[in-house]
Amino acid sequence: MTDTMGGLLSIAVLVGLLALVYVPLGDHMARVFMSVKHTRVEHGIYRLTGVNPDAEQSPKSYALSVVGFSLVSIAVLMAILLGQAHLPYSRDMDGMPFWTSFNTAVSFVTNTNWQSYAGESTLGFTAQMAGLAVQNFLSAAVGIAIAIAMIRGFVRSRSGSLGNFWVDLVRGTFRILLPLAFLGAVLLMAGGVIQTFTDSTMTTLAGHSQVLTGGPVASQEAIKELGNNGGGFFNANSAHPFENPNAYTNYLEIFLILVLPVSLTRTLGTMLGNRRQGLALLGAMGVLWSVSLALTTWAEAGAHSAAGQAAGAAMEGKETRFGEWASALFAVATTGTSTGAVNASHDSLTPVGGGTVLVNMMLGEIAPGGVGAGIYGILIMAILAVFICGLMVGRTPEFLGKKISARQMTYVALYTLTTPALALLGTGVAISRDSTADAMGNSGGHGFSETLYAYTSAANNNGSAFGGITVTSDFFQITLGLAMLLGRLLPIVLVLMLAGSVAEQGKVPVTAGTLPTHTPLFVGMLVGIILIMTGLTYFPALALGPIAEALA
Amino acid sequence: MTTTTTTPGMSLGVLAAQGVQQIPQAVRKLDPRLMWRSPVMFLVWLGSIATTIAAVGDPSTFSVALAIWLWLTVIFGNLAEAVAEGRGKAQAASLRAARSDTVARLLDESGAEREVPGTALRVGDHVVVEAGQIIPGDGDVIDGIASVYESAITGESAPVIREAGGDRSAVTGGTRVLSDRIVVRITAEAGSTFLDKMIALVEGTSRRKTPNEIALSILLTSLTLVFLFAVATLAPMAAHAGAPQDLVVLIALLVCLIPTTIGALLSAIGIAGMDRLVRVNVLAMSGRAVEAAGDVSTLLLDKTGTITYGNRQATRFAPAPGVSETRLRDVARLSSLADQTPEGRSIVDLALELGADDRDLPSRAEFVEFTAQTRMSGVDLSDGTQIRKGAGSAVAQWVGSTPSADVLEIIESISRSGGTPLVIAEKDSDGTGAVLGVVQLKDVVKAGMTERFAELRAMGIRTVMITGDNALTARAIADEAGVDDFLAEATPEDKMAYIRKEQEGGRLVAMTGDGTNDAPALAAADVGVAMNSGTAAAKEAGNMVDLDSDPTKLIDIVEIGKQLLITRGALTTFSIANDVAKYFAIIPAMFVAAYPALDSLNVMGLATPQSAILSAVIFNALIIVGLIPLALRGVRFRAASATSILRRNIYVFGLGGIIVPFVGIKLIDLLVSTIPGIG
Repeated sequence: MTDTMGGLLSIAVLVGLLALVYVPLGDHMARVFMSVKHTRVEHGIYRLTGVNPDAEQSPKSYALSVVGFSLVSIAVLMAILLGQAHLPYSRDMDGMPFWTSFNTAVSFVTNTNWQSYAGESTLGFTAQMAGLAVQNFLSAAVGIAIAIAMIRGFVRSRSGSLGNFWVDLVRGTFRILLPLAFLGAVLLMAGGVIQTFTDSTMTTLAGHSQVLTGGPVASQEAIKELGNNGGGFFNANSAHPFENPNAYTNYLEIFLILVLPVSLTRTLGTMLGNRRQGLALLGAMGVLWSVSLALTTWAEAGAHSAAGQAAGAAMEGKETRFGEWASALFAVATTGTSTGAVNASHDSLTPVGGGTVLVNMMLGEIAPGGVGAGIYGILIMAILAVFICGLMVGRTPEFLGKKISARQMTYVALYTLTTPALALLGTGVAISRDSTADAMGNSGGHGFSETLYAYTSAANNNGSAFGGITVTSDFFQITLGLAMLLGRLLPIVLVLMLAGSVAEQGKVPVTAGTLPTHTPLFVGMLVGIILIMTGLTYFPALALGPIAEALA
Repeated sequence: MTTTTTTPGMSLGVLAAQGVQQIPQAVRKLDPRLMWRSPVMFLVWLGSIATTIAAVGDPSTFSVALAIWLWLTVIFGNLAEAVAEGRGKAQAASLRAARSDTVARLLDESGAEREVPGTALRVGDHVVVEAGQIIPGDGDVIDGIASVYESAITGESAPVIREAGGDRSAVTGGTRVLSDRIVVRITAEAGSTFLDKMIALVEGTSRRKTPNEIALSILLTSLTLVFLFAVATLAPMAAHAGAPQDLVVLIALLVCLIPTTIGALLSAIGIAGMDRLVRVNVLAMSGRAVEAAGDVSTLLLDKTGTITYGNRQATRFAPAPGVSETRLRDVARLSSLADQTPEGRSIVDLALELGADDRDLPSRAEFVEFTAQTRMSGVDLSDGTQIRKGAGSAVAQWVGSTPSADVLEIIESISRSGGTPLVIAEKDSDGTGAVLGVVQLKDVVKAGMTERFAELRAMGIRTVMITGDNALTARAIADEAGVDDFLAEATPEDKMAYIRKEQEGGRLVAMTGDGTNDAPALAAADVGVAMNSGTAAAKEAGNMVDLDSDPTKLIDIVEIGKQLLITRGALTTFSIANDVAKYFAIIPAMFVAAYPALDSLNVMGLATPQSAILSAVIFNALIIVGLIPLALRGVRFRAASATSILRRNIYVFGLGGIIVPFVGIKLIDLLVSTIPGIG
């Protein structure tokens, strides 16, 4: 079988597997959040924390809970990272430097998992498991909770509440993420991912002895992909043989990355009682994902560059056990979601491939997007599309039966403004500093891409690194940390306020004069608006980086 | 729909003349306090100043040309608004002429009369107006009847009758009494009369941003901010790339990217929408009402005068068994020749249509008029034959026998179908009578209404017929007209309840009304159109007034509302889509020196970096002028489903918006590149 046949076949099987779990998993998640019953464990947690699980929260109260929870989580995680020397299983590691711990704590709490440290040489097992892995679960559960709250805003009519954040958080963690992550970890272990509590020492061929860092990798790997976190146990992330030993685990990891964002569109359709709407949003995500995958694969597998042609393939920075196809697929999956795990060096991707994964993040990670974040991200874009195009049918725009007027547009406008502002301002400030030139791994257009990629990844809570650039200085730790924090919390607050404002409204009945939002025409329009808005925002920056490189 | 698609005075020639005339006004609008109202254009204004300063400091053909065209961009935007306002001002001037100082003849309680200036009148004052005098203020006629010439307000040259009591008692200040004498109770203070409101409206002085305009402005402002970030951060990025950019170039890029087209035309579109309504003789009290009209999903229409012609007409002759249709036709015609009621005349017309002879009534025939006692009318011929027509029971009594089962069946079926059966009978000279058959009288649905309702349905608008008829008749007419629902034996309370029910379901309701008892429903409806002939209470309650008092116009109003929103959406889409080409013009121009490979993005093959940037700026300015006619006229609207309207507009304004600037910028570049120092 040729590479092309094999590559296409594996993509087809991946899509088939996702289709297989789409309905049962999507509907399961809908049931989780629509059910009024609590399990015994949940009851225990609510009693312990003093939460009244049957009380509804206003949008403001919901948002304050999210923000408060996130800030407390950052503080706790920082404490663990700073003081890990005093914790058991710390592998004799020192505490992290202050700003590195700030950056790392923000990074894991915001579901970004940007890593400005090397896991194996910085962190002990306790910090990894009780610190980072816990946030891998919670930050993903927060994302799902926000998406569910937003869906409730459209489901509810003349309502002042969006549900209960604590209940949503607990249910997302215990009923969705934990069981699936457990299953994923077992499957990964079966595939050869390690799960130990010791490092091992082995004798090399030359007779020297070498310490091989071990650890509870499989358990962390599963939630890293499933929760779209992306923070690797090892610095090499999913390119490391202990995290991702073979083609089978690679495939499983890609599946885990995509399964929740894809299935959540079903959850949306089921909760709205409008399954076609869920499919339409998935359709838009699918179109963007396919185009991005086709471009990246074409660029990576095609060996278009001079170096690539000389070598017969663009294999620089890729693992031979995965090859170009699986590396391209992984890169598109990890940047189309908010994962940020990598199984190849994105810095070494061809200009077109690297540019495409960069654009994936600039799109706002909606193809298919982060866990939960993909849903609310694409809903925001859908509202924008409805507003611009809805006027063209001669009515005050409405989406899912809710009018989109000044108040809603304010939230949507601020949401769409946030990440470009953070990414562009961060890049602009960083690039104008003399010290940045030294931090870059390359000069010229490629060096610029490294900086642009870093801030885009942080502001969009992706966490993947182009690599090349050294981001350990306080300047980068602080600015990237702020970009992650603001890039996470501002959109969430805006989304909740938006959800609250539409929950207050009654429902406008559907007539022939209503712009239908589940048709191929609308999907095309949505994709068009997403591409044009992103293109207009980032084209000048892209022109100076990947485009200039690609055309050269 | 002719009313919405063609607007008088909108030919390009006329518009061009108005444009030239308004240039001084457009320049006056450069006042920053006025510019501030549109953040997008304010930013261009700031950019123009900065560019001018830069051009003065370091003059070159390029920087001077840029400064000039940036100023022109601002002025063109102001021009759009000035032209739109100018059209209203002309109208306001003619209205003001009607308001010229009047002298009022004030009646005091004793009935004595004294002259006071019209402006001194208070609400509740009684004034006398006689033939030839101008009515000094808005009010209700409380005594007398007069013909009033209202052309100053309505443009209608035929005088109308205004009388005390009833629903035709309202008079408007500034109109002239042509005959007779009336006493008017003033209902509005000077300064807040209908005429004053109208002047303020058409002048646009009372114009406030509508909810949808605000939402759109928020979007435009956020787009502007995004581009501001993109361009501001481009400066350090460009410096890093070894291609530092001049301030004027960055400003040029920013102006090209921010949505200037829609930003410049937004207020003109709103003013023009109101203006279009004024041109079909409808006054909207607020722009909000016009927008609501586009959102309406339920129309309440009065049956009489709106859906039907309002009087019953003969539509069929149904002969009794053994009687030929020809005979029934001729006898029915004979009985009605002297009958001057609309029903009688319609019988004669129908008989003629069906081939009856156009003969006069035989001599010495005697017309028997309808009375409440006999409930019949007819003729007695000289030979002793008597013909009668009337309600079934009355005619049966006259004939002296109950009609046959067949005739009863005919009567029944006509009633069921919403018609009125008129039985025709004849008595010989010897007194033996026989029922010849039945004439079917029916309320006739106006021509074209069925098609209109089908169009509305395609647009997703439900039509509801309001009538005082019983349910049986109402259903028949509703079916024939093709309305979606009807409200039979409707009382004002019923209407109100119906409106509430619809609104609770999230629907927006529009209705027309003229009577005082319509006022609560008019106020409750999202779009309440009061007839100008109606009472002051009705006009006060509604948010629009139809000067022609034509309830059918409700449909035009909905279309104008939709057209307003479509125009806004279309130009927004066009404006955003335009940016794609501008990037392809400007970005390679900026960076081709640093990255020669970027020249392959110069797909238009523009001559030099300077000519490329200048061409994009010029296109950006000219497109505003080019779109003024569209902004003022509105995008052509046709009744269709949302999906098909959307598809069409996406192709025209979305795809068109991407393609047009590529062509336009290239053409401009061909000219600009011939200028020394640029090309």
